[in-house]
Amino acid sequence: MKELIIISGKGGTGKTSLMAAFAYLAENKVLCDADVDAADLHLVTAPDILEKHDFQGGNTAIINKDKCTECGLCIDLCKWGAISETFEVNSIECEGCGVCVYFCPEKAIDFPLNTCGEWYISDTRFGPLVHARLGIAEENSGRLVSLIRQEAKKLAEEKGLDLILTDGPPGIGCPVIASIGGADAVLIVTEPSVSGKHDMQRVVQLANHFKVPAFLCVNKFDLNKDITDEIEKFAKEKGLTCLGYIPFDQIFTKAMIQGQTIFEYDSNSSSAQAIRKLWESLLENLSVCMKDK
Amino acid sequence: MIISIASGKGGTGKTTVATNLAMAIGSDVQLLDCDVEEPNSHLFINPVFEKTITVTTPVPEIDEKKCNLCGKCDEICQFKAIIVIADTTVMTFPELCHSCGGCEKVCPENAIKEISRELGIIQKGYRNGIEFVHGKLRVGEAMSPPLIVRVRSFTKPDKFTIIDAPPGTSCPVIASMKNTDFILLVTEPTPFGLHDLKLAVGAVKMLNIPCGLVINRSDIGDNKVKDFAKKEGVPVLLEIPFDRNIAEAYSRGDMIVEKLPGFKEKFLTLHDNIKRIVN
Repeated sequence: MKELIIISGKGGTGKTSLMAAFAYLAENKVLCDADVDAADLHLVTAPDILEKHDFQGGNTAIINKDKCTECGLCIDLCKWGAISETFEVNSIECEGCGVCVYFCPEKAIDFPLNTCGEWYISDTRFGPLVHARLGIAEENSGRLVSLIRQEAKKLAEEKGLDLILTDGPPGIGCPVIASIGGADAVLIVTEPSVSGKHDMQRVVQLANHFKVPAFLCVNKFDLNKDITDEIEKFAKEKGLTCLGYIPFDQIFTKAMIQGQTIFEYDSNSSSAQAIRKLWESLLENLSVCMKDK
Repeated sequence: MIISIASGKGGTGKTTVATNLAMAIGSDVQLLDCDVEEPNSHLFINPVFEKTITVTTPVPEIDEKKCNLCGKCDEICQFKAIIVIADTTVMTFPELCHSCGGCEKVCPENAIKEISRELGIIQKGYRNGIEFVHGKLRVGEAMSPPLIVRVRSFTKPDKFTIIDAPPGTSCPVIASMKNTDFILLVTEPTPFGLHDLKLAVGAVKMLNIPCGLVINRSDIGDNKVKDFAKKEGVPVLLEIPFDRNIAEAYSRGDMIVEKLPGFKEKFLTLHDNIKRIVN
């Protein structure tokens, strides 16, 4: 079984539109949306939710006013400034470290487990999808990402599917690290802008740091051909393979508004052709990279 | 006054709005780039950096000579950053530590002292009348909120402070938006833009901070973003139509207030409207 994660560093380079296009092209796969705090893949794949589960991660301190003697020790101990002078815990500030709970001389602080999101197993016209929704302002996005990746793996094993295609989050922090650790490869989607290039370089470093093989593709490549050349040069220097170039094309927005993949919207378009080529080249490179393992 | 620029969805134009607003205002303005995972504002502002600071967070180190493996540190740590195995070994995992200080406090043998883990760097510089600060998360570091808090500690109360926030709605975004006077949301009129805007408005409501909306590439999609803004009572303060020239200027790192006519005035009006709403 192969697990491929699509990441970008910078947001808005086209991860999800590309992921949806791959969902159309790929066979025998499980789809997984690991961008748990702004998941969008369901807007194109229109899932029928088959299973819904609570995600519990972390605890929050709650002061029991009946027992509290207002000694103030918890306020002194809290590194997050989450406890007010009137002994209320601000749940947004509370890190869930439990230090106040442990040291309270009156045992006046409860520490319930949070339900901070939901995760789902769904059926789509492209096959099964594992996805999630982290509650607004919640923590533990990394744990939720790890959980849905495990569930996607389980599902692939049960159904005898040999590919997991995962839409990753932007950035290089906690949820991205949780998305790529131990994956077979990442596909980095970049764009030829000063910020796209800058962010791609950081996410390449991240993939190297965690020793995950990385491939590159350039979306909107014709927006700035000089920077596309610079990206190519960078890839060469780092021994990265740039697998494809997709034109700057409003068709992606039009397809998204119809809730369609670009192939469903217009499979003859030059952008659709470019993605088909990219996909074929990705499959070839993935199997080479699996053989090397 | 402190405002933060946020979006839910990535790539909608937060950095474009933050940098052009700062440039249009031009003096007595601070720009703090709190998208520490992927900071980009400096690519447009081109500040001359005069100071770089390494930011660290405390993590435990155990003196094994003093440790009697009582297991209290393992018991208090909620993040599995200290583990005592079968009363024979104690191990620390500094990358999982949230720096709560619980283990050091609970250790009866005084066997735990604080060492540090690097979170990243902060750089400070200037361009004309703009004071610029950004954080850069160390590649491999998972926790961005403590670095964001440190970037925000550079806020000067006598200036107009603009915070460029990261995408999403989870803890790094909240760390960038909380305790500000106004949140400017930037979106695009597409299904992804709308979906993530709804999440962002949810976060703003939770923080109970006034907000307004910029619709970028305002003519590429449909009217659902505007309908939603109207229903939620979020004022649309600026619309930027799609223009390949803007996309190309952005790709080169150019500022639209400098390169395209009429935009400086538009951003100054935006500034006035924000001040009016807050006051």
